[in-house]
Amino acid sequence: MATAPRYWRENPSRYNMVGFKCNNCGKYYFPPRIICPLCHRKSVGKTEPVKLKGTGAIFSFTEVHEGMDEHYVQKPYIVAMVELEEGAKVTGQVIDCDACDLSIGTKVRATLRKLSEEGSAGVIHYGYKFVPVRENGERPGDE
Amino acid sequence: MKDVGVVSYGAYVPHFRIVPEEIGKVWGVDGKAMGKGLMISSKSVPAPDEDTITIAVEAARNMMRRCAVDPKDIGALYVGSESHPYAVKPSGTIVAEAIEAAPDLTVADFEFACKAGTAAIQACMGLVGGGLVKYAVAIGADTSQGAPGDALEYSASAGGAAFLIGAQDVIATMDNTYSYTTDTPDFWRREGQRYPRHGGRFTGEPAYFRHVMSGGKGLLERTGMSPEDYTYAVFHQPNGKFPTRVAKQLGFSPEQTKAGLLVPQIGNTYSGAVPLGLAAVLDEAEPGDRIFAVAYGSGAGSDAFDITVTDEMATFRRDASPTMNELMASPKYIDYATYAKFKGKIAKERD
Ligand SMILES: [Zn+2]
Repeated sequence: MATAPRYWRENPSRYNMVGFKCNNCGKYYFPPRIICPLCHRKSVGKTEPVKLKGTGAIFSFTEVHEGMDEHYVQKPYIVAMVELEEGAKVTGQVIDCDACDLSIGTKVRATLRKLSEEGSAGVIHYGYKFVPVRENGERPGDE
Repeated sequence: MKDVGVVSYGAYVPHFRIVPEEIGKVWGVDGKAMGKGLMISSKSVPAPDEDTITIAVEAARNMMRRCAVDPKDIGALYVGSESHPYAVKPSGTIVAEAIEAAPDLTVADFEFACKAGTAAIQACMGLVGGGLVKYAVAIGADTSQGAPGDALEYSASAGGAAFLIGAQDVIATMDNTYSYTTDTPDFWRREGQRYPRHGGRFTGEPAYFRHVMSGGKGLLERTGMSPEDYTYAVFHQPNGKFPTRVAKQLGFSPEQTKAGLLVPQIGNTYSGAVPLGLAAVLDEAEPGDRIFAVAYGSGAGSDAFDITVTDEMATFRRDASPTMNELMASPKYIDYATYAKFKGKIAKERD
């Protein structure tokens, strides 16, 4: 119960990958921030929230064998750092695949999945995870 | 009333499958024979992090990718399912947020066993036709459950499809709809119960066949159309046998039903069944094609539709999202133990 409001405030970015763009340096970031980590004070008043396309490629990934207990059903599970088309790097779970299907550079796209639930009676948290985009075109993602 | 129709559509089916042999092996049943009898060679299984909401979102996003409609112009969104993750808190609230249609719209969840999605389509037709909203979204999605060892375990699967209903630039016009409803206790699930119950012998003749036949005949009578006027026909498909038989009884040929018969590959997707069958038909339909569809929901009722594909279909961006064939291609097959774990039939002891 206690975490529901915090999750709720972050839902727009979690559901739709709303990040932010610094119009001083032109870089994109996710999750949204108040000021640009590169430009600091120069970015004040020059940032805007931007919906990221959710498509990108795997920058780095790892298979987690001793991870969060709430993911025990999916163990071992894959967590990757994804470089989005806009250039922002995002960490997230990669699903519907095995680690052997993936390599650095594998194209992925964001999808909405259950992240966790607060027990069987509590709130269900939803957010982005990544699925591989099948190269043979069987599961094309965003254009 | 304005003329209304489908502006866009999108589908989604989970990546995992289980075959009937694998289920039969566990319960001492000839699964292969069971599958053959049901005409089901595999059924879709949702991943542990999928539910009706995530399936509805994926279908709705696939629908939005195929059109240039501003989500803020969507005035209504209805999700029909018998497996809404929350008993109280509409699935549609999360779907509306996930396609950026919120907050200026009306949302509600629909329930009518397996025809909740088509009931939502009818409501959307009314709202758009009456000029109350510019666009409305109807989604049929389910992650249905059969009790372990029950006959339903061989068929109950997961999937969903979404339809954007509007009055302009429609790829298919919804020319007519007719419903047939009675009080028939063929299948139910009481509040708080995990698995549904079915009334055994009640499920065939007096339920599915009576309602689908009456819905289908009722629509044909009201429109003056006959089966041979249609290019395609889609019927609710709890297994492969029922829709095949009902199509024959109504006078439709296997050629007409082939494109929309998905149950052999993905099982019974409940509220997703006719919506997914329609999506598969729209994947290949051409301008001028006529589509006949009858959904069935236990309890019991049927919704019949008379649909015509328009010239807009020629320029519709079908390939902006995966087709049904693409969604059904290269699935991952899992064993019963993995299936039981995914579906929460077995769970780890946790503190
Ligand atoms: Zn900057």
